[in-house]
Amino acid sequence: MKTDFRYMRRKVFGTTMLGLSLLAALAAVSMLFWILGYTFIKGVSAVNFDFFTKLPTPVGVPGGGLANSIVGSIIVVGMAALMAIPVGMATAIYLSEYGRGFFASTVRFVSDVLAGVPAIVAGIVAYALVVTRMHRFSAFSGSVSLALLMLPIIIRSSEEIFRTVPDTLREASFALGVPKWKTILSIVLKTASGGLVTGTILAIARVGGEAAPLLFTSFSNSFWNFNPGQPMATLPVDLFNYSISPYQDWQQKAWAAALVLVGMVLILNISARLYLARKGFKRNG
Amino acid sequence: MADKIAVEGLNAWFGKTQALHEINMAVPENSITAIIGPSGCGKSTFIRCINRMHEEIRGAYSSGRVILDGEDVYGSGVDPVLIRRRLGMVFQKPNPFPTMSIKENAVAGIILNKRLNRHEIEETAEKYLRRAALWDEVKDQLNKPGISLSGGQQQRLCIARALAVEPEVLLADEPASALDPISTAKIEDLFTDLKERYTIVVVTHNMQQAARISDRTAFFLSGRLIEYGTTDKIFTNPSDKRTEDYITGRFG
Ligand SMILES: Nc1ncnc2c1ncn2[C@@H]1O[C@H](COP(=O)(O)OP(=O)(O)OP(=O)(O)O)[C@@H](O)[C@H]1O
Ligand SMILES: [Mg+2]
Repeated sequence: MKTDFRYMRRKVFGTTMLGLSLLAALAAVSMLFWILGYTFIKGVSAVNFDFFTKLPTPVGVPGGGLANSIVGSIIVVGMAALMAIPVGMATAIYLSEYGRGFFASTVRFVSDVLAGVPAIVAGIVAYALVVTRMHRFSAFSGSVSLALLMLPIIIRSSEEIFRTVPDTLREASFALGVPKWKTILSIVLKTASGGLVTGTILAIARVGGEAAPLLFTSFSNSFWNFNPGQPMATLPVDLFNYSISPYQDWQQKAWAAALVLVGMVLILNISARLYLARKGFKRNG
Repeated sequence: MADKIAVEGLNAWFGKTQALHEINMAVPENSITAIIGPSGCGKSTFIRCINRMHEEIRGAYSSGRVILDGEDVYGSGVDPVLIRRRLGMVFQKPNPFPTMSIKENAVAGIILNKRLNRHEIEETAEKYLRRAALWDEVKDQLNKPGISLSGGQQQRLCIARALAVEPEVLLADEPASALDPISTAKIEDLFTDLKERYTIVVVTHNMQQAARISDRTAFFLSGRLIEYGTTDKIFTNPSDKRTEDYITGRFG
């Protein structure tokens, strides 16, 4: 009964492997929940109304909040998105709808390399390009560094999504005597819009938590600032500064900043999923 | 009857492989011409050359002339986009736009090129949905997505969409091959009605269909036009042995 033995062995092996991979998945998920839970426990006590509405206070003065850096994060990331989205989308359209041959593969390669560039390097580039020329730290330079990080994510995710639009729809449009550019704008972009929005939100969430490139670009600021030409506080940088400070009170604020940051990223991710789910639902009648 | 389309010395390639060889063929106005032949013989390539869709495929090109009302669609300075508005096309698989409602799909070819107000959209959609014999089935659900319809209804929606551009010719590539017999019969009846206004060229794998609806039939084999004549002649008394073998089911 040699075959029987083999069958048994295969079955045992299969079951073991299934168990191991389940265990690994469980470990990964519990790690994530542990991070979320720990951040929540440590940070929740300092997250209150003041945290969202007040400016930071000097060391030793109780109270205060990080309102300026919450708004600052939104501004810096928002400006980065405004720079990266049009360029990224246009590049993705080029790659999926027109790109052939050497130039297209070069663009694709460069964008892959860019995707692998460490965040801090994007910061240095923005520092060299913008900060040294403006002779000061600025929200704008921070946005440039984040845009550099967002760009390859947007390019690749959008290109993938454009490719999921069936060619039969492009053909249908061409056959109606619709020019190519119009077909791309009215048919391809519209059909892909659900995926594009989702991909873009995920790209924003991905760079929203970056501190390294902002340390020496947008820097930090203890006051309100809405001028992109001036240093601007952001949550990740405040988180960093407060957490390495020796003051109990500031460390507490760092945890609160971490919690708010995680919360914002989570909200972005969930809204991306919800948007896609609703879109898919609507499309199927 | 005058010739609507005259194909002269048409060759077509996909990269290095030649898919069509020296096709010469004239299509009379207000008639239905069926294109038959075994799979891979170049039927789709042929009708896609007529409205210049062939060149949209990467690496694909063609030579020769396709005369539409005395003007070569491949002539220098002819815009393929404008040519395609005169030569409507229906594809094998129904392909309504998934982001558009039934009504919007019907008038897609118009609203993609110019603005229409709501009233014009309603009116035009009704006109062409009627012409495609779909109106009665969809008049109460015009704002539902086009892809919520059955396959046969989707195909008639695509026909309505093609007709709304007001083409002179309708090119159809196996328009009923993905449909059930009842839907197929509806499409066939529709084509017979439409030939009053349009010149129709239809690719089909279904011999009975070709015999039922077409006035003339062209038999293709390996990228060549083997025989072309009235449908009666092709089906009752073909002059080429290969045509006879094909229509009697000896190969293909
Ligand atoms: N996109 C393409 N790239 C390369 N070769 C192609 C392509 N499309 C078709 N061909 C080749 O061209 C020839 C003719 O193809 P065509 O699609 O015109 O055949 P057909 O008669 O329509 O077949 P069917 O009845 O299966 O639809 C075939 O040999 C096919 O392999
Ligand atoms: Mg075909």
